[in-house]
Amino acid sequence: MSTTQTLPRSVAPSPVTRRRPRRGRMPGAQLWQASPLTYLALIVGCVLSIFPIVWSFIVASRDNSAVYEMPPVPGDRLFENIERMLANEDAAFVYGLVNSAVVSSIVTVSVIFFSSLAGFAFAKLRFRGRNALLLVIILTMMVPTQLGVIPLYLMMVELGWTGTLQAVIVPFLVQGFGVFMMRQYATSAVSDELIEAARLDGCSTWRIYWNVVLPALRPAAAVLGLLTFMQTWNEFLWPFIVLTPDTPTVQYSLKILSSGPYQTDYVALFAGTSLATLPLLVVFIIFGRQIIGGIMEGAVKS
Amino acid sequence: MTSAVGTRPRHAAPPPTRAARRQRSYRLGRWDLKYSPYLYVAPFFILFGVFGLFPVLYTVYVSLFDYELLSGTKEFVGLENYRVLLQDSQFWNAAYNTVGIFVLSTVPQLIAALILANLLNRQMRARTLLRMGVVIPNITSVAAVGIIFALIFADRYGLVNWLLGTVGIDPIAWRDNRYASWFAIAVMVDWRWTGYNALIYLGAMQAIPKDLYESASLDGASAWRQFWQITVPLIRPTILFTVIISTIGGFQIFTEPLMYGFGLIRGGADHEFQTLAMYIYEQTFTGNAEYGYGSAMSWLLFMMIISFALINFALVRRSVRGEQK
Repeated sequence: MSTTQTLPRSVAPSPVTRRRPRRGRMPGAQLWQASPLTYLALIVGCVLSIFPIVWSFIVASRDNSAVYEMPPVPGDRLFENIERMLANEDAAFVYGLVNSAVVSSIVTVSVIFFSSLAGFAFAKLRFRGRNALLLVIILTMMVPTQLGVIPLYLMMVELGWTGTLQAVIVPFLVQGFGVFMMRQYATSAVSDELIEAARLDGCSTWRIYWNVVLPALRPAAAVLGLLTFMQTWNEFLWPFIVLTPDTPTVQYSLKILSSGPYQTDYVALFAGTSLATLPLLVVFIIFGRQIIGGIMEGAVKS
Repeated sequence: MTSAVGTRPRHAAPPPTRAARRQRSYRLGRWDLKYSPYLYVAPFFILFGVFGLFPVLYTVYVSLFDYELLSGTKEFVGLENYRVLLQDSQFWNAAYNTVGIFVLSTVPQLIAALILANLLNRQMRARTLLRMGVVIPNITSVAAVGIIFALIFADRYGLVNWLLGTVGIDPIAWRDNRYASWFAIAVMVDWRWTGYNALIYLGAMQAIPKDLYESASLDGASAWRQFWQITVPLIRPTILFTVIISTIGGFQIFTEPLMYGFGLIRGGADHEFQTLAMYIYEQTFTGNAEYGYGSAMSWLLFMMIISFALINFALVRRSVRGEQK
C-alpha cells in the first residue's frame, strides 16, 4: 500500500480502505496489489483495444496500393487522402460533420435539462404516484424503441420531417436513463435541509431547481452530457432511415463512402472514419476520467 | 380550466393589502407544491410517449395491414402478414443468424468483462490510463468499427488472414462461410463492448467490503475461489442488468453486419449474415416498401427479445448463486 499517494484520484471516491496500517505479509494486502502478470494482461487488453483505431489512422495515411501492407507503419499521404475524401460531393462529409455537431449539441442540452428537472422532482419533491412513475421510467429503459421505427418513420412522413434534422433531434430530446441517473445523484447531492431553507426564504420550486439544485447537479450533468453527446454522434440506424444523402449526419456520410462506387478507395474511406472518430477521441482524452466514473456509477446504484 | 392560477390576470386583483398578498402567495405556494412536480416530470412522459412508446405499440396495428406507402395500398389483412412470415425462409435464416451472432458475441463478452474487471480491481499505477485503454473502443462509432473490421477480416489480404498465413493456416472465407462471418461480427461486438461492461462490473465490485476477502483469505481460500464465491455472487444484480441490456441490444444488431458486408442490406451473397433488423429494413425501406410486413417482423422480434431476456435472466440467476441474507 505504499504507492497510495501516487494513485490518481478518480471521480468516484474509491472505497479502498486505509484504516489499518499494513504490516508484514497479510494475505489480503497482496491480493489487492496488482502483480506483474496483472499489468501484462491489462496491457495486452489495452493494445487489442487501441490497435484497430491506430491501424485505421495508419491506413488513412497510405496509398491505395499499400492498404494491406505489413508491418503497419504510416505512409505520407494523410492530408492528400483527407482532401480527396472531403472533395467527394456525394458524401458531403463536412456538411455531415456540421449536422452531427448541431444535432448532438441540441440533444445533449435538452437531455440534461429535462433529465435534471425530472430527476430533481423524483428525488426531492413529494407527489402522488412518484414511485409508480419512477418505476415506469426504469421500465422505459428496457423498451427496444428501435422496433418502433416503422411507425416513427410514418409519423415523420406525415409531419413532412423526412430529410430534415428535426427528425433526428426531436425523438431523442428525453432519455429514461438520464432521468434515472439524475435522480440517483440528486438524492445524495442535494440535502433536504437546503431545500427546506430555500422554501422558507420564499423560493418557488422552479427557483429552487434553477438556483440550488441545478448547480449542485453539475458534475453528474457533465457526465450525462458527455455520454449523450457521444451516443448521439454515433447514432446510425435512425438517421440512415429518415435522412437523405442531401442532409447526412457524419455516420451517414461514412455509409455513402463505404458503399457503391467509392468503396474501393479504402484510404479515403479510412480518412473518413479517422476524421469522424477524432472529435470523440479528443473529448475522451480530455474527459476520460469523468466518462469512466459515469459508466461505473451508471449501472451500480440500481 | 381551473388550473389557470399561474396565468391569472394580475390587474384583476383588488388593491393588495398585506393580508391579501400573503393569502395569494400562500395559495400560489400550495399550487406550486402540489402540482409543479407533475409539470417537471411531464416532458419526459409526453415526449417518450409520443416518440418512444406509441410507435412500438402502433407497430402491432400496422402489422395487421397490407401497407405500402408508394402504391398507396392500405388494406386490413388480419394476421396474414404473420402467416406469410412464418413460411418465409429468409425470415428464419435471419432469425438463425441473429441468435447465432448474439450467442457468439454475448457469452464470451460478459465472461471476459468479468475477468477484466477483476484484474482492474487492484491497487495499481496508471489506473485511469488502463481503464481508459480498455473502454476506448466504446467511444468509436459503430459505422467506423464496421468499416475497420471489414478490412481486418478482408477475404484475400486482410490482417487476420495474413496472421493466419504466418502460422501456415489457409485463408478463411470470412464472408462466404456463414460461421466465419458470425465469428468476425461477434469479434467486432466484443471489441466494442467488453471494456464497457468491465467498467460497469468494476463499479459494482468496488462496493464489496474488503473485509470479506480478508477473512476468506485467512481461511485459506484461493484468489480463484474468492472470485467465484464472493465477487460474482455479490455483483449478481449488475450481471443480470448487463445480461438484459446485452440481450436487448444484441437482438437488434444492424450496423455491424451491414458495414461488414460493405453496406449491402442482403448481408452476404447468400444472406449468410443478414440479421432480423437488416431483413426488416430490407422489406420496409427498400423495394416494395412493405410497412405491414416489416411491422409484423418487428413485433415478432420484440416478442423474441422479451422472451430471451426473461430466459437469460432466469438462466443467469440460477447459475450464479446469490448472497443469502
